[in-house]
Amino acid sequence: MDGSVIGFYVLAAVTVLASLGVIGQRNPMYSVMLLIVSFGGLSGLYVLLDAPFSAVTQIIIYAGAIMVLFLFVVMLLNASKEEVARTVALGPGGMRMAAVLSVLLGIEMLWALSRVPSSWFAQDPSATAISDVRQIGIRLFKTATEPGEQWGHVFAFEATSILILVAMVGAVVIARKERSS
Amino acid sequence: MIPLNHYLILSGLLFAIGTAGVFLRRNLITMLLSVEIMLNAVNLTFVAVGRYWGTVDGQIITFFVMTVAAAEAAVGLALVIALFRHRETLSPDAFTALKW
Repeated sequence: MDGSVIGFYVLAAVTVLASLGVIGQRNPMYSVMLLIVSFGGLSGLYVLLDAPFSAVTQIIIYAGAIMVLFLFVVMLLNASKEEVARTVALGPGGMRMAAVLSVLLGIEMLWALSRVPSSWFAQDPSATAISDVRQIGIRLFKTATEPGEQWGHVFAFEATSILILVAMVGAVVIARKERSS
Repeated sequence: MIPLNHYLILSGLLFAIGTAGVFLRRNLITMLLSVEIMLNAVNLTFVAVGRYWGTVDGQIITFFVMTVAAAEAAVGLALVIALFRHRETLSPDAFTALKW
């Protein structure tokens, strides 16, 4: 067996088991920790897919920044236990229905995706072209100087910066303590 | 070389796990974490298909999805804090004031 095949199955198992742990936990603190493990597995899968840029941003942005934000909120609210709901709106029957529906969704996805023929996709193109971070930068920031030329993703990039600014201001305004007048 | 199907199946499995988390958990923070699992499942699809098509566009979209996820987490957690101030609970069943 090839090393990358074993790596794929090990990382896939780690990712799926850690994700199952996230939704099987009562303590949100452990959920956040297990989600970081799951992101580590995903980042390894990105390395196997010759995408080192995505692997590194996964660790830095997701595991490093977003999960720390979640951890801060869990500790700030001191919500280490999920309280037993006094009045569950769905009821036990509704919960069972939700479980059945999500299992059905999983089976449906497995069935549909296992029928995708591999011939839809090119057979193993050379990995060097897409694992190069320089290529990503060129594709992202390319500006067209001549009429027929294709633009990169500059507009989406700038729009993202505005989105981040709006989200930052919104988060500050929403979470602000209301003054009692 | 692992066939693309395996990556797609793994990603579908992760998406189903995230959906189950949103349906079944009664905790706002865990529900937001489940949304993050779903976003990551989609990211894996983008990177895998980009790898098999030989373009870097999959990785670029992944980058955008990550920034949008960061914005979503910031606003979502601010809402969780604001809701917790009002009701002292994280259970979504407590916030039914707008329910008809």
